[in-house]
Amino acid sequence: MTQLWDFTGGIHPAENKQQSTARPIRTAGLPERLVLPLQQHIGDPAEPLVQVGERVLKGQKIADVTVGMGVPVHAPTSGVIESIAEMPVPHPSGLNDWCITLKPDGEDQWRERHPVSDYRSLDREAVLGIIHEAGISGMGGAGFPTDIKLRPPKDRKVDTLILNGAECEPYITADDMTMREKAAEVVAGLKVMAWILRPERCVIGIEDNKPQAIEAMQKACEGTQIEIAVIPTKYPSGGEKQLIRVLTGQEVPSAGIPADIGVMCQNIGTAVAVSRAVFEDSPLISRIVTITGEAVREPGNFEVLIGTPIDYLLEQAGLESPKVNRLVLGGPMMGYTLTTTAVPVTKTTNCVIAATEAELPAPPPEQPCIRCGQCAEVCPMELLPQQLFWYSKSGEFEKAEHLNLFDCIECGACSYVCPSSIPLVQYYRYAKGEIRVQRAEQIKADRARERFEARKARLEREQQEKEQRRKERAKAAAEAQAKKQAEAEKAAEAGEAVDERAAKAALVQQALERKKAKTATKASQPASAEATASEDKPDIEALEKQLEQAKSKLDNMQGMLDDAKAQQADNVDKLERAVAKNHDRVQRAEQALADARKALASTTESQTSD
Amino acid sequence: MALVQQSSPHAHNARPTSRVMLWVIIAALPGLVAQTVFFGWGNLINVVWCIAVALASEAAFLKLRGKPVAFFLKDNTAAVTGLLLGLSLPQFAPWWVSAIAVITAIIIAKQLYGGLGSNPFNPAMVGYALVLISFPVAMTTNWAEAAMLFQGAPGVGETLARIFSASQTAVDGWTMATPLGEYKHKIASHTATEVLTHPTFGEGIARGWEWVNAAFLAGGLVLVFLRIITWHIPAGFLGALIVMSLAFGANADQYAPLSLHLLAGGTMLGAFFIATDPVSAATSHHGKLIYGAGIGVLIYVIRSWGNYPDAVAFSVLLMNFAVPFIDYYTPPRAYGHHKARRGLPGKNQG
Repeated sequence: MTQLWDFTGGIHPAENKQQSTARPIRTAGLPERLVLPLQQHIGDPAEPLVQVGERVLKGQKIADVTVGMGVPVHAPTSGVIESIAEMPVPHPSGLNDWCITLKPDGEDQWRERHPVSDYRSLDREAVLGIIHEAGISGMGGAGFPTDIKLRPPKDRKVDTLILNGAECEPYITADDMTMREKAAEVVAGLKVMAWILRPERCVIGIEDNKPQAIEAMQKACEGTQIEIAVIPTKYPSGGEKQLIRVLTGQEVPSAGIPADIGVMCQNIGTAVAVSRAVFEDSPLISRIVTITGEAVREPGNFEVLIGTPIDYLLEQAGLESPKVNRLVLGGPMMGYTLTTTAVPVTKTTNCVIAATEAELPAPPPEQPCIRCGQCAEVCPMELLPQQLFWYSKSGEFEKAEHLNLFDCIECGACSYVCPSSIPLVQYYRYAKGEIRVQRAEQIKADRARERFEARKARLEREQQEKEQRRKERAKAAAEAQAKKQAEAEKAAEAGEAVDERAAKAALVQQALERKKAKTATKASQPASAEATASEDKPDIEALEKQLEQAKSKLDNMQGMLDDAKAQQADNVDKLERAVAKNHDRVQRAEQALADARKALASTTESQTSD
Repeated sequence: MALVQQSSPHAHNARPTSRVMLWVIIAALPGLVAQTVFFGWGNLINVVWCIAVALASEAAFLKLRGKPVAFFLKDNTAAVTGLLLGLSLPQFAPWWVSAIAVITAIIIAKQLYGGLGSNPFNPAMVGYALVLISFPVAMTTNWAEAAMLFQGAPGVGETLARIFSASQTAVDGWTMATPLGEYKHKIASHTATEVLTHPTFGEGIARGWEWVNAAFLAGGLVLVFLRIITWHIPAGFLGALIVMSLAFGANADQYAPLSLHLLAGGTMLGAFFIATDPVSAATSHHGKLIYGAGIGVLIYVIRSWGNYPDAVAFSVLLMNFAVPFIDYYTPPRAYGHHKARRGLPGKNQG
């Protein structure tokens, strides 16, 4: 007898399983169209590998994930690709997503298949490759890609492999019926996974409310090392963390994964899919779905092609349309409502409940919390649901997080028992969403701040570099000046050149004196044309000299600029500007000279005419 | 096919608040019967009167607050407050004392704080404490003498007249000191044997009171069995009282004996029906144990060294103050964590 542990809390909701276990698994058949969402699991969406109008074979890969985490999508039957477009998909958001629509041709023609008879002769990577190529993702909950899950982190060793046959949610019997009818496939798939992981212990956990499944599995496991653990029926014993606690007595660390304590859980349906992938080379193109609820006449389980529209399935089970009040995808505890039946079955669809109003009535109006603590009594994660509720409601998210809001598995046990019928899980989802948004905003704000700081640092650095360059240039200029001076001195010694500077200074002095004199004359006596004329004459000479000088300076600078350009020095810009400035100056000097000459000419003229 | 959109879970099996409260009322009935059998009609009349005043004041105030009156009255919480006061007040407490206690409980202690679920203090005990301090004479001289209902106890008419009459002239032979009060006041000058000769103690532990307490204990155990309350608060309460009595009260010539502490006064009513009011109590299991124990200790302290012979109301109210503090420091360890996260966020994260 396997030693069992108990998990805290839990509830015993009405099971409602017998309705869908009375009939054997039926084949749903071929609907008119199959709609295959490109994203059927957490991770990244697949990209289409086919064109509209292309004929595909059964089992042919029609979409694959090229970037990121995911698994391929396959054609569930042969037919023609009718469209690749956004369609309604089963998701709590009710939003549309990209889907490939396949119109079956009725021939159900397989692609070429290469089944593996002895997988033990392959290496493990090859088998993991087969599982990946078969498009297998976990068929119980979030749909994590199975091949990735089967590769635990390098530093973790899986000692215990658990096959989760608890199926604790009311109404759902897909795993139950699979174990009853396909026990051999379940065990074969489990053996493949066990061979990959080499655990010390391999155990199938089944709730004691499924005696037929237990019997079938015990028979199928005869002569193997696989343990069948019959666990007490208590919701949510099928929660991964709860099942691990029940079967091993250990707890998965908060924010960790089961592999951290050497455990891995796999789903019953996933085991069947692995078996088919390896032994039949059949990718994941169908699954078992429970169709139940009081609004269907013949509830039961169906083997359904992935992509089959829910309305087609409901029809198969004898839906009485007017009676349906609530359509739940998944179980009554954790499933979500559909607002349209025009969504397809995906790899993670395990149950559809077409419930009448009497069956799943609307909860009574919310009353104030009386802090009775019933919620804490049933919480399987040992949280404080009422405190989480207050903090979520009042927006004190930090306190909610402090009380481990993110450990909540949203099993709904607290809402189920709440005497004030407070939709507690909804409050937690709201708080989690708000916190995630806040975190995303925080990251965004951090990035913006980092960008700003980086920019500031860059500008400062550039400023410093500029300063540095300026200093270097000044130094270089001083050196050049000194060199020039030396050269000039040399030249003076040789008697070839005059001291330009001295000449200029003298000229400026002269000009100033003239100006002074001019102002003085203007102020003391009325200007006579003669005086002006007589004074204009030396002005022209001075202007001519000035022009000449400016020209020579310009030439000089132009030479320097050419040199600088040739050497690709830093000061090219500056020199260019200086040259342009000087150019202007020369032009102005020329203009001034021209004006002066004109003026002189006119004075002379007037003098002559007088 | 109009489909309902609803968040999970879709199944509910709640025992609604109204039914929880109804069970509290039902579980208190054995105690009420015992009170009636041993102390006459007083308590029953008080209970009816208090419930009527409670419902009326709750309805009036809900209307003033613009809340749906019927929706909230149906939760039975006001009725429970009235019931608890009716069970606690002296049998011959004048009608206006009861009314003041109930109105204070419902309007000041409950509705002014925001109504059901928002009151930090136990409403019934706020009302009780108020009248105990304000009308000490009315609250101490109106305890009925233990007398078998059909053996000399005043009849319904006489009791009604006494409660609702304007005059407060004491009627000889109707009232008597309570066992705890008698013991407290006499033990300083007498030996235990002398004190226990007083008729209020009877032949057992405390005449009548022992049966009343036993009945409340039985009703309380039913509540625990039905999981209306958990065992933690009564266990902490009674455990602490026992420990205190064993530690300090060994000398019966100085302090009331343990048997009197447990079976006289409002001990069992307090432990199972009053201290367990979920709204004003601590929430986690550990917290409830500490909260209950705090009440037990305070009861012993006040009964032994304080001015009042009984102390359920004061002890409960004092521990109500401590509830937020207890709650911060007693969260359970959550699944997958090494230790509990105590205190406020940002400090000593576990």
